[in-house]
Amino acid sequence: MSSGMKKGSEIIVDVLQEEGVDVLFGFPGGAVIPLYDALYHCPIRHILTRHEQGAAHAADGYARVTGKVGVCIATSGPGATNLVTGLANANMDSVPLVALTGQVATSTIGNDSFQEADIYGISIPVTKYNYLIKDPNDLVRTLKEAFYIARTGRPGSVLVDIPKDIQETRIKYKAVKEVRIPSYHPTMKGHPRQIEAMLRAIKVAERPVAYVGGGVISGGATDELGAFIHSANIPITTTLMGKGSFPEDDTLSLGMLGMHGTRYANYSIYHSDLILALGVRFDDRVAGDVKKFAPQAKIVHVDIDPAEIGKRVNVDIPIVGDLKTVLGQIQGKIKGIERKKWLDQIAQWKKDYPLHYIKEGELKPQYVLECVNAIKNRDLIVATDVGQHQMWAAQYITTKKPRTFISSGGLGAMGFGFPASIGAQVGCPEKTVIVISGDGSFQMNIQELATARTYNIPVKICIINNGYLGMVRQWQEMFCNKRYSQTHFEFNPEFVKVAEGYGIKGKVVRKSEEVLPALEEALSIPEPYLIDFRVAPEENVSPMVPSGKGICEFIEEF
Amino acid sequence: MRQVISVLVRNHPGVLSHVAGLFARRAYNIESIVAGVTERPDITRITLVVSGDESILEQVTKQLRKLIDVIGVIDLKYSKSITRELILMTVYLPPEKRVELIQVANSFGAIIVDISDQTATLELSGNERRINTLLMALAPFKIKEIARTGLIALPLESIAGDSKEFLA
Repeated sequence: MSSGMKKGSEIIVDVLQEEGVDVLFGFPGGAVIPLYDALYHCPIRHILTRHEQGAAHAADGYARVTGKVGVCIATSGPGATNLVTGLANANMDSVPLVALTGQVATSTIGNDSFQEADIYGISIPVTKYNYLIKDPNDLVRTLKEAFYIARTGRPGSVLVDIPKDIQETRIKYKAVKEVRIPSYHPTMKGHPRQIEAMLRAIKVAERPVAYVGGGVISGGATDELGAFIHSANIPITTTLMGKGSFPEDDTLSLGMLGMHGTRYANYSIYHSDLILALGVRFDDRVAGDVKKFAPQAKIVHVDIDPAEIGKRVNVDIPIVGDLKTVLGQIQGKIKGIERKKWLDQIAQWKKDYPLHYIKEGELKPQYVLECVNAIKNRDLIVATDVGQHQMWAAQYITTKKPRTFISSGGLGAMGFGFPASIGAQVGCPEKTVIVISGDGSFQMNIQELATARTYNIPVKICIINNGYLGMVRQWQEMFCNKRYSQTHFEFNPEFVKVAEGYGIKGKVVRKSEEVLPALEEALSIPEPYLIDFRVAPEENVSPMVPSGKGICEFIEEF
Repeated sequence: MRQVISVLVRNHPGVLSHVAGLFARRAYNIESIVAGVTERPDITRITLVVSGDESILEQVTKQLRKLIDVIGVIDLKYSKSITRELILMTVYLPPEKRVELIQVANSFGAIIVDISDQTATLELSGNERRINTLLMALAPFKIKEIARTGLIALPLESIAGDSKEFLA
């Protein structure tokens, strides 16, 4: 063995360090034993989750709050298949994630070997790109490419499947300085002629609205967005993924739009004469009926992914480019437009149709979210799971900074929130991380309580416990004549006792007056903490635009 | 609407899965797909015949371009490209109809590549219309088996100019 020869697994670890990876989330198994052996003396921190899905979501949460590439590891077969939801989730929300999976030895691939699964084939539709390494000499280049593809252009998940023998083979390490993929060149700069067209459209518009999504956050363009919105004096509404791209306490903010958006956001879109769609994809939860979305408006659509432009709506001024670059290109070119009439109209809608709920009676979930929102003097990160509580969080948490509200948007994966909050806290140890979950969602990755305890990751778990799969129940109430088919949990565990079993403190809260003290207690201890909020079981998320309907076709208050 | 799309991709074992999978998961209709090496061993040309309305075809093109392995996509308009397909067909051939078959084959420039006691196998390459016409002309014969390659195409340089521009 000559000097300079290294095992494949050691080379993997070298590349991870070169890429600046400081934490890995994973779960070992037979096909990654060599990789874990190489990690044994390595300075990269490893968080051992209790399920591979937890590792994928945690790496995703880490990536969302830090902007860096999240990395997760799983073994072959079931380990790899357990990552699939996490890969799909990250990819749908354009989160940079690299998953490393072990694979059975190259000589046994295709033999239905023990713990063999074709994760390369399985992951094609749920990743931005994927690899199966068959030659150890490809390791360095492939891993470098994986990181490059995950974080550039429209970010996404990338899977690298590495057979066990490749991890064990000794080869000469050859550094790859630069990644060049001849078929992959994301467009960064907006076409000057289109930029001019956009500026002209803004100048003549009387009722413009900016409709902003996650692309602005992943593009690191929030400063440019803020400067543009203020100088052009344009009201702005964001998608769920766009929360944090612009401070929601600003008068120009309309909060979230869409199915559970504010009425004033949706009215503004509907009556607008110019939609500036920035880093969005006209998803069906925003534009249920594209014909009744903004019928009078000219649409400018800026996105780094050309395939998003014209996918669901016809666009008048398409601009392919990176949001930071494009917003930089128009900076300072629009100034001093008053728009009094339009802004007055919006102010009136805000006054007439605020978010509201009836506070009386049982503990209301919205009230819990208002109390979370009232937490002062802390840098908060709010993670959510999926369902009613997610929408209440989106509505009642005033998000002011990018990367402080993380939620499974596109895939809507229950079970995302808790492990993602763990990853978020690992990525931002100085911040306070609160996860808003539901009794349904929380039980999908409840085992990660052990992870939070093991590393004393002090996330504050708020379970909005209504004993139902609340969002589905709400639909069944409205569209199935209250036939609550399989949405009622006849049994739920005592979550506080479960937490106790994992060495985590907690409290049950049943009354409004107990909410703030419980939150204060949770925040006062430097440990994970669980609060089981027993809320009104049949509270609905309002307002609501039913699936497939126009943006102003709200269901009357119920 | 039908469209012939020529896609140049990086040549590696998984690339066809990526392309074919795209059509499956986005529910695009695909009539034929042919892959073969090009003048460069590291590049494969995939020729697709797809159908759908204009907006779907635009999406198909964009989604193909989005694939990391795709170097270039070109919409090969029928009028500006040369298209070819190869067909092999075996027909039942009673001895008394041999002359008739040879006449049909000759009139299309088809080659009879195999003859057995009861069958004959013909080969023809041409554009779709020519192949479909041959099939009609052979209607009186009972067909045993058909194998078609699917369409391949290249732009007509004499009309379309230099096709290399789409590599950019």
